[in-house]
Amino acid sequence: MLSIKDLHASIQGKEILRGLSLEVKAGEVHAIMGPNGSGKSTLASVLTGRDLFEVTHGEITFEGQDIGEWAPEDRARAGIFLGFQYPIEIPGVSMTNFMRTALNETRKAQNLEPLSSKEFLQRMREKKELVEIDSKLTNRSVNEGFSGGEKKRNEIFQMAMLEPKLAILDETDSGLDIDALRIVANGVNRLKTPENATIVITHYQRLLDYIIPDFVHVLYEGRIVMSAGKELALELEEKGYDWIKKQVDNPLITL
Amino acid sequence: MDMMVEIIDTREDLKKEFIQQRTILDQAIPGFGYQKREQAFAHFLKLGIPSTRVEEFKYTPLEPLFNKEYHRSYTFDPISFDKDLLFNCDVPNLETQVEFVVNSWYYHPEHRLQVLSNGIILGSLAEAAKQYPELFQKHYTKYANPASDGLIALNTAFAQDGFFLYLPKNTVMDQALQLINMMMSDRNLMTQQRNLIILEDNSEANLLVCEHTMSNHDFLSNSVTEVYAGKNARLHLTKMQNENNDSSQLAAVFIHQEADSQVSTNTISLHGGFIYNRFDVALQGRGAHNDTFGLYLTDRNQHISNRTLIDHAVPDATSNQTFKGVLDDDAHGSFTGKILVRKDAQRTAAYQSNNNILLTDRAKMNTKPMLEIFADDVKCSHGATIGQLDSDALFYLRSRGISQKEARLLLMYAFTYEVIAAIPVEGLRLRVEELVSKRLRGELSRCNDCTNGCR
Repeated sequence: MLSIKDLHASIQGKEILRGLSLEVKAGEVHAIMGPNGSGKSTLASVLTGRDLFEVTHGEITFEGQDIGEWAPEDRARAGIFLGFQYPIEIPGVSMTNFMRTALNETRKAQNLEPLSSKEFLQRMREKKELVEIDSKLTNRSVNEGFSGGEKKRNEIFQMAMLEPKLAILDETDSGLDIDALRIVANGVNRLKTPENATIVITHYQRLLDYIIPDFVHVLYEGRIVMSAGKELALELEEKGYDWIKKQVDNPLITL
Repeated sequence: MDMMVEIIDTREDLKKEFIQQRTILDQAIPGFGYQKREQAFAHFLKLGIPSTRVEEFKYTPLEPLFNKEYHRSYTFDPISFDKDLLFNCDVPNLETQVEFVVNSWYYHPEHRLQVLSNGIILGSLAEAAKQYPELFQKHYTKYANPASDGLIALNTAFAQDGFFLYLPKNTVMDQALQLINMMMSDRNLMTQQRNLIILEDNSEANLLVCEHTMSNHDFLSNSVTEVYAGKNARLHLTKMQNENNDSSQLAAVFIHQEADSQVSTNTISLHGGFIYNRFDVALQGRGAHNDTFGLYLTDRNQHISNRTLIDHAVPDATSNQTFKGVLDDDAHGSFTGKILVRKDAQRTAAYQSNNNILLTDRAKMNTKPMLEIFADDVKCSHGATIGQLDSDALFYLRSRGISQKEARLLLMYAFTYEVIAAIPVEGLRLRVEELVSKRLRGELSRCNDCTNGCR
């Protein structure tokens, strides 16, 4: 589904991603972990087309198409979703209007008729239940005055509404208490199908108790330096990142 | 009848004009109006048209407007005007009583002044001055002082008519009143419209004023509106400014508020070449509250100035000013806003904000929020911002599949919403929402035909 080959990206001349490669297939859950500043959030931004970053080398293909030059909205319409680490508050834009516009613009790009009001509202209702989000939140302006947990839950709600093929969840666990974390993780698990894939970007292992990954990758200095199964997350939790850093920085030392 | 006489191009010519037309002017508003006219003209000769050297006009260059050539009409010929043919307004969900002022003259096919069953009087200012001289004298020129400003002096010297509204004590206008100010002429035209709105104690009215031009000539309207709100009176005024982009509109509104009165104004400026709005609010009674809101959406070479003064003269009054603008292309805007809290005005709460979005690097905004506080127990704040659309918010919307164009529109619309949301009449609010949304999309025509709900 997603194939990243030797990706280099920089911001204001500073190289953040330095030759990152990753393959994600339908039905898989990948966790990307790594110390602060390793490039995790940059990867999420670059995959979704944020123009703050410049891709200097490498390629990103999604379902066989090179999307490296695509606008953010075109990537979203192709089925890529980003759950933001810090969701943006947009006073004056109602959740309803936001979701209706997003859905209908996506449908238009797919040559589908816009949803009728009835169909749209029904979809809102179903998805609200699925991700256990309060109706009060969806009646307000986008994220305006939401608590940290509500914002994250709202990200999962939007994901449920848009039904992406690939969801990238950037530090979705940050700022969540354990109950909120469970609700968010439940939402993600319920939305999982054999046809879609998830990339969970996280600093801590905690979220991975609830969203079980098929693969765990360690990102360090803009490259994936280690990949393994879910047990790697537990090892990282126990030992921290230093042993990996040492190994990468001094590859001749055997541990 | 030839409705046009003389060409005015300079201030000197205004003087000649005044002397020549004196008889006809005095007939329009006789008696008390005569004295006021005389004094006002003397002030005008002293003050002239305010130049940009006057602090409040630093970013509002009026002189080029007055240096153009205009005709002036001293009589109104109603035969040439068929409102049904030209103007058919339908504001959905809003029952309004529609009144017309054409080229500063009140127009109604049957009467000059109406007295409704509950004693409400509405119609021509000149007629009201004749039929109700005491009422007229009590308020006329009391709130807009011709000695203070050349534009007020000019208006008071030349004004012949305009709109008059009187609500006796304890009366409520059940319907919103819609006043349509139209400019229509076969050549450039300058007008001096004068309005007087009087709300006695405990009365209530909703007034919608629409400004339109019906032909593509250069119009210069210099209007003055005086508003008196008695104790516990409530007035909401929404102004829709939608004139052709060769027209210039100078509109000053003076509001006097007694105790516990509530007056709110929302001025929505959509089209018009040069717009200068002035709001002067005197809070003269405890518990009075004023909201002065404005929204301007400008592009091309449009110029918009908003100027406010909220004068807290007594304790325990509150006020709130919110002005928001989106400026595109080469548009230029200015905001000069002042809160004055006098020495005895303790426990005043007064807020002011002016926020602007510039869509190009050629668009320009000058904003000057001012606070002058002489009391010590007050809550006041003011602030101004000039910026671009929030790039984080734009990316957020686009990451959900919304196109850049649509995302920008959503954000611009969201930016404007605070002002629109403050319009209390639902049907009107919905209509304004639609117009603003159309304006932001560039779908609102700038032409002569009515764009405020016309077919």
